[in-house]
Amino acid sequence: MNSVKKFTVSPSPHIHSGESVQKIMYGVLYALIPAFLVSVYAFGFDALLITFTAVVSCVLFEWLIQRYVLRGKNTILDGSAVITGVLLAFNVPSSLPLWMIVVGSLVAIGVAKMSFGGLGKNPFNPALVGRVFLLMSFPAHMTQWPKPMMGKFFADAVTGPTPLAVIKEGIAKGNSMTEIMAEFPNISDLLLGFIGGSIGEISAIAIIIGGIYMLYKKIITWHIPVSILATIALFSAVLHLVDMNVYISPLYHILTGGVLLGAVFMATDMVTSPMTNKGMLLYGFGIGVITIAIRTFGAYPEGISFAILIMNACVPLINKSFRPKMFGEKK
Amino acid sequence: MLHTFPKGGIHPPENKFAASQPIEVLSVPDIVYIPISQHLGVPAKPIVKRGDAVKIGTPIAEAAGFVSTFIHSSVAGVVDKIDKITCASGFPQDVIVIKTSEDVWEDSIDTSPDFVKEITLNSEEIRARVLQSGIVGMGGATFPSHIKYQVPEGKQATALIINGVECEPYLTADHRLMLEKAREICVGIEIIKTAISVSHAYIGIENNKPDAIELFGTVVKEFQGISVVPLQVKYPQGGEKQLIKAVTGKEVPAGGLPIDVGAIVNNVGTVYAVYEAVQKNKPLYERIVTVTGKHVTEHKNFLVRIGTPIQNLIDAAGGMPEDTEKIISGGPMMGKAIPFPQAPVTKGTSGILLVPSLESQRQNMESCIRCGKCVSACCVGLEPYIIMTFAERGLVDELLDYQVMQCIECGSCSYVCPAHRPLLDFIRLGKQIVRKQDKK
Repeated sequence: MNSVKKFTVSPSPHIHSGESVQKIMYGVLYALIPAFLVSVYAFGFDALLITFTAVVSCVLFEWLIQRYVLRGKNTILDGSAVITGVLLAFNVPSSLPLWMIVVGSLVAIGVAKMSFGGLGKNPFNPALVGRVFLLMSFPAHMTQWPKPMMGKFFADAVTGPTPLAVIKEGIAKGNSMTEIMAEFPNISDLLLGFIGGSIGEISAIAIIIGGIYMLYKKIITWHIPVSILATIALFSAVLHLVDMNVYISPLYHILTGGVLLGAVFMATDMVTSPMTNKGMLLYGFGIGVITIAIRTFGAYPEGISFAILIMNACVPLINKSFRPKMFGEKK
Repeated sequence: MLHTFPKGGIHPPENKFAASQPIEVLSVPDIVYIPISQHLGVPAKPIVKRGDAVKIGTPIAEAAGFVSTFIHSSVAGVVDKIDKITCASGFPQDVIVIKTSEDVWEDSIDTSPDFVKEITLNSEEIRARVLQSGIVGMGGATFPSHIKYQVPEGKQATALIINGVECEPYLTADHRLMLEKAREICVGIEIIKTAISVSHAYIGIENNKPDAIELFGTVVKEFQGISVVPLQVKYPQGGEKQLIKAVTGKEVPAGGLPIDVGAIVNNVGTVYAVYEAVQKNKPLYERIVTVTGKHVTEHKNFLVRIGTPIQNLIDAAGGMPEDTEKIISGGPMMGKAIPFPQAPVTKGTSGILLVPSLESQRQNMESCIRCGKCVSACCVGLEPYIIMTFAERGLVDELLDYQVMQCIECGSCSYVCPAHRPLLDFIRLGKQIVRKQDKK
């Protein structure tokens, strides 16, 4: 009965894991939910609006560029543009004027991603390129941080400096570490995220929950986050021991600013990070060192964005130098 | 902690539906189509012509070179013609067509069911018998076994490793054979040990077959110098070098052969064929074939005469499911999709897998997101994502630098790729590009 039926012929393998780019991207989005909820609680409607605007603009720009410039197939459903939008929003203060986040989205998607050919071909993390562009172009707006309002959804925000800026300014003024620390939030506020800062970076716990979820889903491995955090802890500990009056403790370095958000969500971006475990460890080490160098000796209070972008540039070189060991390779 | 190979590997769903189905003898077809090329190397040379009467076990083609072997009639009957038909490879091949009459065996074959334990042949006689019996590696590689048993000069075999892993999903032929012919397999191991003069053999079995591990644990006590090594389940543990690493901890050098670390690996099916050839003087004219698939109604393990059309096996397993879109000879990871179910069973056919239409189509390819899953999955230590790029662009030097020729084509990279990139297809292309360059 089947004598005339034609059968499909294709080379092996004939089965697939069922994994897809879309599933990975949505996995990252799920992992971002806890940090998002904390930011809405802390910064109210503004955080929601900024995030929403960033996501819509990123998706829209990707669709427009794909349709009218690259003339390729529609790629917005893969979820990567949504992630870029969320991460860009997470890296700016909630008081940022909306038109600025739209410009930032255009730079992130248009310049950092699509000009290289779209997903998978960009050498730099698009959200970070967008963030750094905004920081350079609108430094005043990008360094004014609303204080958390703790659930008062529509209240007008009061702005103030971030914990890291408190330290940097304090040291510049010649205040002693004890005086500076008096203005500093306590550890539980740092962990829960009741501090000033960018939308998504404030709550250590929320970010760690997201990270554990991504580890469980095998979207990331431990190598990059752990090597970044370990490096930062190590170097800041050395500095702290050298002079406790000038250099803050490693714990504050890790819990303040964008370190956790960067280590868990930004540096682990598959496209722009190394392929092998050894390569990832070196990449994380580089990010850690540069971050501490900028925070401690540079003009900016925060440095992980620059650190990640600088190490992004090194990824091709790292991939070339750290190739997997061959089975049966002579030692 | 059970042993396994450390580098790469994947865990596809096992789907071993036929594992509890005892081996059934498939009825002899009216006509068999016996290809003259069922082994790696030079096709055998036919030694029969139209009208010749043959019995079961009559040689019908002889070894036509060093890497070649004999082929025997799997039925009694009359040679009808030597024809070209499309075989499992997808290409037309020379086959000897025999019209079947009632079963009559060659007189030399011991057809009694008796178990023969005592080995009377010496090393050289065993190798000659293995060649005369047309035995090849039955795990799928079909490399002529008599060559394997000829340890090259200057090398020393120290361990015989028996592959009872059957790491391909769906397939259960080796598993059933181990359960039903454990003592024969152990005698087969003794024979091969004599042939290659080693004192110890290891049977590697993955722990998804606890019944086989337990059975062999008992049976090997009747023999000396055979041990069972239970292994963690991981694909492709049946790969020769992966199995050696898992069982002995030794790594065959890149580009080297198992004998470089003193190992010789044989599949359990091959070992059983050696038992039958040496103890019962029975050449390789039948083998066990699993017939299975998600929608197959009766999963089966058949004892099949070589040259039986695959359609016969499918009919005997409850017929072809309506939605069958792809027929695979072998397992889903390394098996070949065959265009026509009329292709005959050969010495290397371990299973027939019927894939329903839902699973038979590949997804559209997307951009590489450099997730590194292919690199982690590769058991050789290659970087499939970048080899694909080099192959697309035909960059020979880069392909060689990234060791494309070391790929064992296990398919793990394509299996894990979230962007559905056909990595292995392009690695194969890369190998071809390199070979073409070599010929110039």
